[in-house]
Amino acid sequence: MNDKPFNDHSYEEFLNEWKIMGSKCKKCGALSLPPRPICVSCFGSQMEWVQFRGDGKLAAFSSIFVAPPPMAKEGFGRNNPYIVGVVELPEGVKVVARITGVDAKKPDQIKVGTPLQAEFLQRGEGPSKQTILAFKP
Amino acid sequence: MAKKRKLGRGVAVVGGGLTKLGLFKDRNSKDFFSEAYMEMVESVDKGLDPIDIDAIYIGNFTNDFFVNQAHWAPIISDLVGHVPKPVTRTEGACASSALAFREGVFAIASGFYDVVLVGGLEQMSKCSTEEVAEGLAMAASPYEVAAGFTFPGVFGTIATAYFARYGATREALFDVTIKSHTNAPLNPKAQFPMTIRDFMNARIGRCRQKGEPVPNWKDEKDFLRDPVVNPPIAWPMHLFDCCPISDGAACLLLVAEDIAKRFTDNPIYVAGIGQGSGYSLHAKKDLTSFEATRAAAQEAYEMSGLKPEDIQFSEVHDCFSMAEILHVEDLGFFKPGQGYKAIGEGQTRLDGPKPINTSGGLKTKGHPVGATGVAQLYEVWVQLTGRAGKRQVPKPNLRVGGAHNLGGTGGTCTFTILERR
Repeated sequence: MNDKPFNDHSYEEFLNEWKIMGSKCKKCGALSLPPRPICVSCFGSQMEWVQFRGDGKLAAFSSIFVAPPPMAKEGFGRNNPYIVGVVELPEGVKVVARITGVDAKKPDQIKVGTPLQAEFLQRGEGPSKQTILAFKP
Repeated sequence: MAKKRKLGRGVAVVGGGLTKLGLFKDRNSKDFFSEAYMEMVESVDKGLDPIDIDAIYIGNFTNDFFVNQAHWAPIISDLVGHVPKPVTRTEGACASSALAFREGVFAIASGFYDVVLVGGLEQMSKCSTEEVAEGLAMAASPYEVAAGFTFPGVFGTIATAYFARYGATREALFDVTIKSHTNAPLNPKAQFPMTIRDFMNARIGRCRQKGEPVPNWKDEKDFLRDPVVNPPIAWPMHLFDCCPISDGAACLLLVAEDIAKRFTDNPIYVAGIGQGSGYSLHAKKDLTSFEATRAAAQEAYEMSGLKPEDIQFSEVHDCFSMAEILHVEDLGFFKPGQGYKAIGEGQTRLDGPKPINTSGGLKTKGHPVGATGVAQLYEVWVQLTGRAGKRQVPKPNLRVGGAHNLGGTGGTCTFTILERR
């Protein structure tokens, strides 16, 4: 696993294995999720992989009622909204993700700060397999 | 410590043009730009010989997607008889033409050119709403798109972070919308020149005509609370929190300060100009602020020697109602967490101490994305030259105005301060 480049492709490959993997700068220790090849804190370029635990809390969210074409294809829209959000991980970074297991039709009942656990939504099979990072209470 | 930046020589705005904004399916981007261009030529008090225009900078976000045509620079050059002189296209999502303005300013400040036309254009009405949403989403970060975010979704997300942090509610967004729509009918170029009360009356009229039950809203906020007329788009962003899809073009004539009086006795000078870049949502340290706006504002304030309290009025990039609240805080007009209260108190009304979006803003004037940056600066120029008619800011000695433009989800922001001397 150590020879993978610190880029989006590797991040997505790890998601397919149900792992949330980011980079840690060997020089200053800054964490990045998704991984980065260049540290934006100290400009270092020596990285190592770090696996994130997969828990977190909801920092912000929105319930999407007008879905973009790829989401509309999954059946989302006016009568079937979905939630996206920003999740704050205990390791000290944030990640954008789908939020599941909450009622998207009643967004006013969803609370910022809610503890969440990662889940991995699989779309497609074989080479077109894609894993979407989601979090649920 | 950042270097204090100055222009190599002064730059002035001496003319401007802006199309009526809206959806015009029988016209194209060339028609829009020529409309703005002809108004600009007419607006130069002492006249402009177009042969004197040394170069053109033109902002366009993604006509490539919207009308399947790229490479707009030579099309514009051909349109206005500028061939074979240079035209350069700039792209910074919804801040595309603020970048054109900035490049034009630098081109003159460097001494290379004396007279530069800057502008922007976008043609969005050929696409369906879904297609426009898809095109605009190309300006979000790949991570946001993959997670299912839309543009309203990004600002809806920011809104929940702001609400949780500062205790504001959706009602604060209503104050922004009502204020913008109060200015709208005063702007003859606005796409929706209607107050919220006008929308209410129109709806009531239609119900009466059709024999349907007549809604009984007690005021504008009550109307905005009604999900039938104001449905959620990306909660808490509802229909009336979102700017429309628009066609349009805008342009401004920039000249070197030392020759400005040849064009008009009332040049409007570039006092400060700033640009910043920003992280996408997940990498932002603070979800309730745009670092790109703060960087742009700092640069513009330092260059001009002016402070936020010196800016007598400003256009800010209200692509969504929530955005306006963040901008008035990031630009330093109000303290973090106080912006929504100030707006609620009426401080940003046309007759308030700090008028914001006198044009009606993107929400009501319209948002042809690549034209917006220059369209905002056009409004500041119009106000400072006393051409704003019914929406003229009612302050004695109106001298300093700002324009804040935001691209994408805060990835590119500019803040420009114009000054009448």
